[in-house]
Amino acid sequence: MTIISPANLKRLFLILIVAAVVAIMTGTPGSSTASPTTGVHGSFMERVSWFGLFAAPRWLLFLTLGVIVWLLVSLYRPRARTIRQGIDHVLAFPKELSSRKPTRVTLIVIALVVVILLPKFVHESFWMYLIVEQIGVWILLALGLNVVVGFAGLLDLGFAAFYAIGAYTTAWLTGALPMPALFHHPIPTLWVIPIGILAAMVFGVLLGTPTLRLRGDYLAIVTLGFALIIDDFVETQSGVTGGGVGSSPVPHPSLNVGFWHFHWGISQTPYYYLCLIFVVVFIIVFTSLEHSRIGRAWVAIREDEVAAESVGINPLKYKVMAFAVGAASGGFGGVMSAGLVGIITPGLFTYQVSVNVLVLVIFGGMGSIWGVALGAIVIQTATSYLDNYQPWGYQINDLYMYIGALLIIMMIFRPAGLLPSRRRRREFAMAEGGEEMHTDEVLSGEQP
Amino acid sequence: MGFEHFWLSGFDQIHTAFWRYLAVGLQNGAVYAMIAVGYTLVYGVLGLINFAHGEVFMCGGFAGVFLTRDILGNRVGTGWGSVGLVLAGIVIGGLVSALVATGVEQVAYRPLRKRHAPKLAFLISAIGASYFLQTLAGKEFGYGVNIFPGQVFEPGKVMFTLFGTPINTITVVSIIAAIVMLVVADRIVRATRLGRGIRAVSQDAETSSLMGVNIDRTITITFILGGALAGAAGFLYSLQSGIVQNAGTEIGIYAFTAAVLGGIGNLRGAALGGLFIGLFGSFSVPFAFEGNVQWTEIYTFLILVLVLIIRPTGILGEKSGRTA
Repeated sequence: MTIISPANLKRLFLILIVAAVVAIMTGTPGSSTASPTTGVHGSFMERVSWFGLFAAPRWLLFLTLGVIVWLLVSLYRPRARTIRQGIDHVLAFPKELSSRKPTRVTLIVIALVVVILLPKFVHESFWMYLIVEQIGVWILLALGLNVVVGFAGLLDLGFAAFYAIGAYTTAWLTGALPMPALFHHPIPTLWVIPIGILAAMVFGVLLGTPTLRLRGDYLAIVTLGFALIIDDFVETQSGVTGGGVGSSPVPHPSLNVGFWHFHWGISQTPYYYLCLIFVVVFIIVFTSLEHSRIGRAWVAIREDEVAAESVGINPLKYKVMAFAVGAASGGFGGVMSAGLVGIITPGLFTYQVSVNVLVLVIFGGMGSIWGVALGAIVIQTATSYLDNYQPWGYQINDLYMYIGALLIIMMIFRPAGLLPSRRRRREFAMAEGGEEMHTDEVLSGEQP
Repeated sequence: MGFEHFWLSGFDQIHTAFWRYLAVGLQNGAVYAMIAVGYTLVYGVLGLINFAHGEVFMCGGFAGVFLTRDILGNRVGTGWGSVGLVLAGIVIGGLVSALVATGVEQVAYRPLRKRHAPKLAFLISAIGASYFLQTLAGKEFGYGVNIFPGQVFEPGKVMFTLFGTPINTITVVSIIAAIVMLVVADRIVRATRLGRGIRAVSQDAETSSLMGVNIDRTITITFILGGALAGAAGFLYSLQSGIVQNAGTEIGIYAFTAAVLGGIGNLRGAALGGLFIGLFGSFSVPFAFEGNVQWTEIYTFLILVLVLIIRPTGILGEKSGRTA
């Protein structure tokens, strides 16, 4: 196996293209207001004249790196299989560990202790805020979308709508919207939690009943259409929702039971525990749903809708159910967010938010609750870090570029996610006709 | 302002400025039609919605604006010179978009196709590609509107007056360019060897590969064809309204609505659907509440939702197998 073979040269070509793309991605941005007469200033593209294409030092650096990577790849290619197996082995380790029951219980207990004691170690309110608003709320959203995408296999591109419903219901009932509260009597924020969840579920049923008859990609675009409608509606109806400016502050929740008074104030720690309680509750509920009759019906519909229908499962009913159940945790995320942030604006519920939640689900592993939670923690920590510290010339707006690239890379190399659910991984492998799949293994439900 | 008054004033405005709304509608419709054809062709051969097609359109707009200016210099065209500039812009926009479209196909679709990945995976990687392209364009060219300078036409230059309504040159140019390109595309799909390949793959990919059609090549050609049309549309669009990095999402959904309306997989249906959506958008402007143009978006999205729910095969019927 020589280095100079057609296949290997083709690989070099691909690596160089990737290096060039990475060079552009990480380069300096163009100016925000491109002048109509002189072109873009400061952009990486501008410095590329037709003759001096390779003169710019950045290009040289990245192309050299590309060549080095290519050499390494060519050298280690004979051992590629071993390396890949090693990586798989390392990634499979947590999964294997958690599949043994005593270890699993220990792990859950350790995780619980860590999350309960976490506020003791984080003293800065800035980080506490990030943990609650950027991680806690997003875990809730991701868990909800996981029911829709992971369990029932329905691609919903408008999940932020449920989040918005939860938040705007909260603002409405507590009297923070220009529109007067229900019965002109604002109610305490804490009492909105069940109402907000219920409102999101009802909306899920309303949205799902007409749309869920559609096939996969049509469903995706209809949910996207609905999300954009809601987005536009919220923004234009300033008399109802406050428009682009947003609502007035939603009061912090407080609890008065008998002589016990508790107020969620400026400090984030109480919010953290409130969020934690609901995350645990939703994880328990969703785990038991997954293994219930309903969860099995979802799997059946996801794998083969016609077959499911022929054994007496009503697909529409169960799909709507998935929408409503997923909406519940999205709605709670909205209530939580409204209580914490105070002023809610349409910018919190854009199409990008829906896609971001989808990224968490896909990165973690569709259909795997622990994977999704882990994915949310990893991605949200990384994006918060990038946004706040902006290392290596990173700009805030670049985030979606990396997210897009991550989505493609995940789909090419690891479609089942970081911690794939066993069944999901099988489905992907089965669809791709992998040789290591055997029918009896699938039927017995054992790890191959 | 009562509802009745609002309704009547909308019709009043249409009554007084009918030809203006018609011209704007036709111009937008021409652009939507060209993009919609791309959706329909790809749906025909791959059986999936190319979520990144809106971004292909957007790239064409940027390429048309910046490359035309870089290559030909920053000049104002007059007479035949402006015709040359328009042609150059269409060709450059079309070429770059065709390149981007094939790139998307190679990176986001082909590896999955080789593995027979489930449909969900295709959708997700297409969304990834669309995000990537959108943000990359934003990074390189800024997040504001990039206005094409008055080098081709002075803004609002009037070509002739129709029933007392001034008709802009750009309107006429867009409509003529769209008609020519759509007819060419239709001829390619219906009457050439390449088109026969595309139609065969739409009908039955496996059988056509047994009959000697090179599926990979056919799919690439489909993406090139759709991409070129979208790129030309991007250039024409950017002449009128400038180009923004996220133009692809909104215009893409309009064009997708058009493709669905005409029955997805049906080329002529997509062109007609585009025309309809353009006219609909234009004539719904007077009915926007409080003059808020976002209402026309809401109306168009409502059409999309209603068509999909009530008649997902489109008004002219889905013919993915028959006419590509």
